Amino acid sequence: MKILRIKAIVQKELIQIRRDPLSLAMAFAMPAMLLFIFGYAITLDVNRLTTIVYDRDRSSTSRELVDALVASGYFTVVRSAEDGRELDDYLDSGRARVAVSIPEHFSLDIRTKKTAPLQVIVDGSDSNTATIVLGYMTVFTNLFSERLGNVKITPLIDPRVRVWYNPELKSQHFIIPGLIAVIMVVIAALLTSLTIAREWERGTMEQLIATPVKPAELILGKLIPYFLIGFIDVAVSVLMATALFGVPLRGSLFLLALLSGIFLFGGLGLGIVISVVAKSQLVASQISMVVTFLPAFLLSGFMFAISNMPVPLQFMTRIIPARYYVTVVKGIFLKGSTIRFLTTEALFLTAFAAFVFAVANRKFKKKIV
Amino acid sequence: MHKSMERIKQMVIKEFIHILRDRRMKAIVFVVPFLQTLVFGLAVTTDVNNVPTAIYDLDRSQESRELAQRMTASGYFQLNYRPDSAAAVEDLLDRGKVTMAIQINRGFSADLRRRKPTSIQILVDGTDSNTATVAMDYASRIISKFAADEAGGGRPLLLDVRTRAWYNPELKSKNYNVPGVIAMVIMLTSLLLTSMAIVREREVGTMEQLMVTPLTPLELILGKTIPFAIIGFLDMALITVFGVLVFHIPIRGSLVLLPLSTAIYLLSVLGIGLFISTIARTQQQALMAGFLFYMPAVLLSGFMFPIENMPDFFQYLTFANPLRYFLVIIRGLFLKGNGLAILWPQMAGLLILGVAVIWFSSIRFKKRLG
Repeated sequence: MKILRIKAIVQKELIQIRRDPLSLAMAFAMPAMLLFIFGYAITLDVNRLTTIVYDRDRSSTSRELVDALVASGYFTVVRSAEDGRELDDYLDSGRARVAVSIPEHFSLDIRTKKTAPLQVIVDGSDSNTATIVLGYMTVFTNLFSERLGNVKITPLIDPRVRVWYNPELKSQHFIIPGLIAVIMVVIAALLTSLTIAREWERGTMEQLIATPVKPAELILGKLIPYFLIGFIDVAVSVLMATALFGVPLRGSLFLLALLSGIFLFGGLGLGIVISVVAKSQLVASQISMVVTFLPAFLLSGFMFAISNMPVPLQFMTRIIPARYYVTVVKGIFLKGSTIRFLTTEALFLTAFAAFVFAVANRKFKKKIV
Repeated sequence: MHKSMERIKQMVIKEFIHILRDRRMKAIVFVVPFLQTLVFGLAVTTDVNNVPTAIYDLDRSQESRELAQRMTASGYFQLNYRPDSAAAVEDLLDRGKVTMAIQINRGFSADLRRRKPTSIQILVDGTDSNTATVAMDYASRIISKFAADEAGGGRPLLLDVRTRAWYNPELKSKNYNVPGVIAMVIMLTSLLLTSMAIVREREVGTMEQLMVTPLTPLELILGKTIPFAIIGFLDMALITVFGVLVFHIPIRGSLVLLPLSTAIYLLSVLGIGLFISTIARTQQQALMAGFLFYMPAVLLSGFMFPIENMPDFFQYLTFANPLRYFLVIIRGLFLKGNGLAILWPQMAGLLILGVAVIWFSSIRFKKRLG
C-alpha cells in the first residue's frame, strides 16, 4: 500500500465531489432536514385527539365531564353531535378519532349514586394512539368518579412510578439520538454505494484499472472523502441535538466520536461492497435501500422496540450494525454510558468494519468483464 | 394518433427490456416491495408486549408471587430477572437488559392482609417514551385490578366507561401499517426508478439518440413513465395479496376503488419523479433528491405520526403531500370499508395535485429537452 497513491485517489474523488455541489449540498441538507422534522414536526406523544361528543343528557354534570376531558389536554372536541348517525359519520370519514356518547339520565344516575354508563368509541385503525386513549380513559374514570362522589378513593396499592433517563418521556429525546445513526446509514447508502458503480457505468473504471493503483488503495481513497462528509454530518447532528433540541449529552463526547468513526467506516465500507457487486447505479441504489436503509430504520431499535418483534426477527437484528450504534448513541446521550457498558457494541462495530473492508478488497477485481 | 401510439409502445418495450435485462433488477423490482412489507408487518409493531421486566421481591410472600404471576399472565411483561439488590436493579436498567423494574417492599403482604394501603416501587426506562408510557399504563391497570381483588369488591365506581375500538378491535398495528406500506413502496420504487432511469439516459449519453428519433417530448415522457406505472400497479397487487394471505389484513371496501385510486396516486408520484429528473444531472443527484423528497413525505403523511399532533405549519404542509391523501384512502378501503361517498374529497385532492404536478413537470421536461 502506498500512501501517495491513496492520496491521489482521494484528491481525484474530492475534485469530483467539488464539481458536484448539488450532491454535496444535499448530503448536508439531509441530516438538518431530518433532525428538523423529528425535532419540531412529529411526535409520538398523543394530544389534540379529534373528538366528537354526543351529549344526550345536556346537564351540568355532562358538560362538566366534557370540560374535564378537554382539560386533560388529550382531546379536542371538533363537534357536538345532534344524533347518533353523526358519530358513525365522523369516525368513518376520519374527521374524529374518538367518539364520546353520554346517555340520557346520566346526571340522574350520578345523583342517585347509580353507576352511570359512558360510551367511548375509538378509531382503532391507529392502534398505538388507540391503546393510549384506552389507557387514559381508565385513569380518567377513576379521577372523575372521585370528583363526582366527592370522595377520595384510596386504592389499596399505590404504584409509585419513577421514570429514569428521560423523566418527561419526551419522544424527541428518545428519537433524536437514534436518528443520528439512521442519518449516517442514509449518507453511507446514498453516497458511497454509487461511487464505484458509477466508474463502471461511465467507463472510467478502465482508466483506473490501467493505473498501478491496488484495490485496497482505491477503496481507501474512495472512502476517505466520504468519511469526512459523514463525520461533519455527525458533528452537525450532535450539535443540533444538544443546542437546538436540548437533548442531554450525559456521556463522553470523545467516546461518541470514536465509536461514530468506527461505525461510519463500516457503513461506508458496506456501501463500497454494494457498489462493487452491483456495477450499475440503479441496482446499487436499490440494493443499498434494502441492505442498509430499511434495517437501520426499522430493525435498529431507533424507534420501534426490538423486544416487541417476533423472536426470529429479534435474532436477525443482532447482525445489523445500526442496532449496536443506536445503543451506543442512546446510551452515551441519555444514560451517560461509559465504554464499560458498551464493550459488546464497540467490539461488534470494529469487527464489522474490518470484515466489510476485507470483503470489499476481495470482491473488487481489476479486470474488465 | 395511431403512429404515436405505436411509438409509445416501442418506447415502453425498450424501457422494459432495459429494466429487466439485468437479472438482478428483475428480482429487485419485485423482491424489494416484498421485503418491505414483511419487515414492516413484523417489526413495526407499536404494540407493546413482552416488556423485559425485573422483579425485586423483598417480601417473598404468596401475595407478591401472585402479583408477579398476574403481570406475566397478562402477556405484556416478561419477568426475566430477579435481582437481589437495589444495585443489581440499577445495573440491569443501565445495561438496557430490562425496561421496567418492580420493587415489592417487605411488609407488602402484611399491609394487604390488614387492609392497610401500601405501595410498590416501579422504575421505568424512559428512553423509549412510547413503550414506557404504554407499559406504565398496563402495569398500573394490573396493579389496581389486583388491589381491587385483594380489597374484596369495595365501593363501585360511579362512572363506568365502556370503551370500544372500531375498525381494528384487537388493536393490531399491522392492520394499520401494511396498507400504508403499499403507499410507501409505490412511492419509493416509482420515484427513484423513474428519475434515475431518465437521468441515466442523459448520463450515459443515450438521450441524444432518443432525441433524434421521431418521438415527440410527450411520447418520450409517456414511454418513460408507463413502465414504472405498470410496475407500481404490480407491486400494489403483490403487496395486497401478500398482506391478505400472510398478515390477514381485512379488505372491507371496494376492490374497484383500490386500482382506481392507485392510478390517481401514481400521477403525482411519477410527476415528482419526472420533476426530479429535470433538476438532476447525475443518477447520484437523482437518488439523493428522491430521498430528500421521500423522507419528509413519509414522515409528514400520517403514516406513523398522526397529523393532528403536528404544529399547524406542518399540518398545512401535508396538503401538498400525495401520500397523505392516499393513506387515508387506502386505510379507509382496507379497514373501514369506506366508499366513494366518503373518500371523494381525498380522491379529488389527489387528482388535482397529480394533474398539477404532471403538467408542471412536463413543461420543465420539454424545456430541458429543447
